[in-house]
Amino acid sequence: MYAQMVKSEASTDDPELLAAFQARIDAGEKIEPKEWMPEAYRKTLIRQIGQHAHSEIVGQLPEGNWITRAPTLERKAILLAKVQDEAGHGLYLYCAAETLGVSRDDLTEQLLNGRMKYSSIFNYPTLTWADIGAVGWLVDGAAIMNQVPLQRTSFGPYSRAMIRICKEESFHQRQGYDLMRAMATGTAEQKAMAQDALNRFWYPALMMFGPSDKESIHSTQSMAWRIKINTNDELRQKFVDQTVPQAQYLGLTIPDENLVWNDEKGGWDFSEPDWSEFYEVLKGNGPCNTDRMEARQKAWRDGEWFREGLMAHARKSAARRVAAE
Amino acid sequence: MSSEWPLWEVFIRGQHGLNHRHVGSLHAPDAELAIRHARDVYTRRNEGVSIWVVPSAQITASSPSEKGPLFEPANDKVYRHPTFYDIPDEVGHM
Repeated sequence: MYAQMVKSEASTDDPELLAAFQARIDAGEKIEPKEWMPEAYRKTLIRQIGQHAHSEIVGQLPEGNWITRAPTLERKAILLAKVQDEAGHGLYLYCAAETLGVSRDDLTEQLLNGRMKYSSIFNYPTLTWADIGAVGWLVDGAAIMNQVPLQRTSFGPYSRAMIRICKEESFHQRQGYDLMRAMATGTAEQKAMAQDALNRFWYPALMMFGPSDKESIHSTQSMAWRIKINTNDELRQKFVDQTVPQAQYLGLTIPDENLVWNDEKGGWDFSEPDWSEFYEVLKGNGPCNTDRMEARQKAWRDGEWFREGLMAHARKSAARRVAAE
Repeated sequence: MSSEWPLWEVFIRGQHGLNHRHVGSLHAPDAELAIRHARDVYTRRNEGVSIWVVPSAQITASSPSEKGPLFEPANDKVYRHPTFYDIPDEVGHM
């Protein structure tokens, strides 16, 4: 998911307060920023929301790569709007994280020095125009799987950010599928490009949900706190079941020879992605990790004079207004 | 890192005739840019006809621990609601 393998913290708070807090969550109440919460809840959420926000921001890079080369003005306008949305989604999430007492600059710094992560998926390159379709269809499709249930998460600001994001995200997936459809029903060469994009993005998309967490203690704690709603396996299964017929409609083949309908469970059986590849990408050894981090660091460095200049101007104008009064 | 832009709370009037509603927050160096950022971040899909921005530091909020003393007194004043009063059917709509 956009937040993968988020470790929860062990609670060291007063058991009575903890029990009262859990009772509020079990009753479906929303927890708001100024209310009491276990330190572990706060820290886990900062990690999770921060990682989610970073993913939105870094996620602009693989798509931004194609804005100047979109094949038509309409596709270019759509892609621009989508990438702008990703920036907006990052901002909603940073704001939610900041209500927990972490500053924006602190979050940015932790991304830039590698202490905080972003989703593994954005370390894969977008080599052809069809990849832009695959990203919208599969990557945003997988993200939506996770984000829709998170609208009901226990932390108020996170839940509200998710509601906003989900409202906008559906456009992202649909434009991706529309793009894939145009390619799949185009020339033989275009269809081959669409198939190639699906081949390359299928397993990385499955990895987005993270490895099986059926037995993970982090997952159990996060689910009790309702900052995680479904297990990784549940969401992955849902994603596969949703996506297979969509691929069939396009006349494209899911690159998995073990893919077979399982009547008993009412879903598809499918191959697991190569988890050793996933861990390598998380460690920083994916195809684009270095590029992505360098791009973010450069943007931050290059923007420094501008951020400071605007602040200096704001201070000066404020001082001038005070003097005039 | 020394000059982090301050935080602003954003309020949007969705349609004419409705109240401004809190939609979120953002960072900006001053009020004018806060409005511009709010337009980009919170009204990309025609969500608003008017924007207010307020420095977050200027907001005074009630404390969660005061919830009881502040809001509970209203709980036992059911007579403040119209449904507290029985109006005979013969009287008609009131």
